[in-house]
Amino acid sequence: MNWLFRYANPHEFMRLSGAVLPFTVIGTALCLLAGLYLGFSAPPDYQQGRTVLLLFIHVPAATMAEMAYGAIAVCSLLSLVWRHPLSDIAARAAAPLGALFTALGLITGSLWGKPMWGTYWVWDARLTSFLLLLFLYLGYMALWNAIEDEIRAARAAAILALVGVVNIPIIKFSVEWWNTLHQGESIVSGKLAPVFLAPLLLLMAAYGFLFASLWMVRIRTAILERRARTLMQQGVP
Amino acid sequence: MSPFATLFLRDVRLAARSGGSAALALSFFALVATLVPLGVGADLHLLARVAGGILWVAAVLAALLSLDRLFQGDYEDGSLDLIALSPLPLELTALAKIVAHWLSTGLPLTLLSPVLALLFNLPPGPSAILFASLLIGTPAVSAVGAIGASLTLSLKRGGLILPLIILPLLAPAVIFGAGAVSLALDGLGSSQALGLLAAFAFGAMLLSPFAAAASVRLNLGG
Repeated sequence: MNWLFRYANPHEFMRLSGAVLPFTVIGTALCLLAGLYLGFSAPPDYQQGRTVLLLFIHVPAATMAEMAYGAIAVCSLLSLVWRHPLSDIAARAAAPLGALFTALGLITGSLWGKPMWGTYWVWDARLTSFLLLLFLYLGYMALWNAIEDEIRAARAAAILALVGVVNIPIIKFSVEWWNTLHQGESIVSGKLAPVFLAPLLLLMAAYGFLFASLWMVRIRTAILERRARTLMQQGVP
Repeated sequence: MSPFATLFLRDVRLAARSGGSAALALSFFALVATLVPLGVGADLHLLARVAGGILWVAAVLAALLSLDRLFQGDYEDGSLDLIALSPLPLELTALAKIVAHWLSTGLPLTLLSPVLALLFNLPPGPSAILFASLLIGTPAVSAVGAIGASLTLSLKRGGLILPLIILPLLAPAVIFGAGAVSLALDGLGSSQALGLLAAFAFGAMLLSPFAAAASVRLNLGG
């Protein structure tokens, strides 16, 4: 774990993230352009027609929405067990991004649902569990904002995030037990044609790079904000 | 008497005597159930269809009403500090409070549910399932609610944020509870749904005292 703790130092993090950030931004741009180009030049699907384009922006958003919660959970565990201030900052910085990706997944999903299922919204298992995930994000962010003392807010939010992690599989299971219409997974099981798979994977990479970039920028901003506040308190003009 | 029993009896007495939170929760439960037919119409077939879901949602909301007092009252007047100093581990303190909360809200709601089910034209079989599902499931509501209550106990207006935090976590209880009633209405066996609900409730009762104790500890500055 020592390598991890070295980068948990804000100074080290600022140095490292400053060096990595340009590459993730360039990675985002390249993957996005290549993925969109391949996506638009892909032939229309024999059933879905041009709406298959939504696959490329919907699936990565939904994947990132879940990954972001995972990132928050890992940071929360690090914060509760080892009390690293940086992991609090990281968890807090990831929450709005996760909520954004969840909302994006819901919006693109409902736009896709209209031509495919004939309606913008169905109370299907995945849609419903994503809606609940959005509310989990909102509650998590609200708790952060409601508690003024930063250390207490961080630990309360971390407990909530871990409770959420225990509960998310149960929510998913219960909602699936309740109703299911959404199609199953088709990437790993190899049911997706290569001509669609390539742009999808590129856009997934693009979303991943985008999340990493925005996350780092948000953490850097929070660290700088803290430093500025400390300087203000010390009376530096 | 053991510290656990003392604390438990104290909380039950407080709930019964000061403000009568059990009576308030019951009136709220009955009121929501009264407003629903006014909103969706008096069609008895429709009401029987939605009764399980409506009464489950109403029960969860009614139990929420008194949750923000679970730790907050003791926190504000300082008795929570003294309770934390007592030999009873905070985890058991949280458990005593959860059981007391259930006894003063969840259980009365469950006992009232057959009457409301009658008003919703729910047949006796599904009504018994509704009773059973509330009996099994409302402890989970108190348990998960205790996590939210302890996380927000230092907030002046924690009552606003509490539902946002815990309602998504309670979705499985509503799904299995109301699902059991729907299955019974369709003449299918609802033991699977009740079993899953019981599993959820046991899990919540087992884990939530630890989460609640951890968040009480951080709010007491430990």
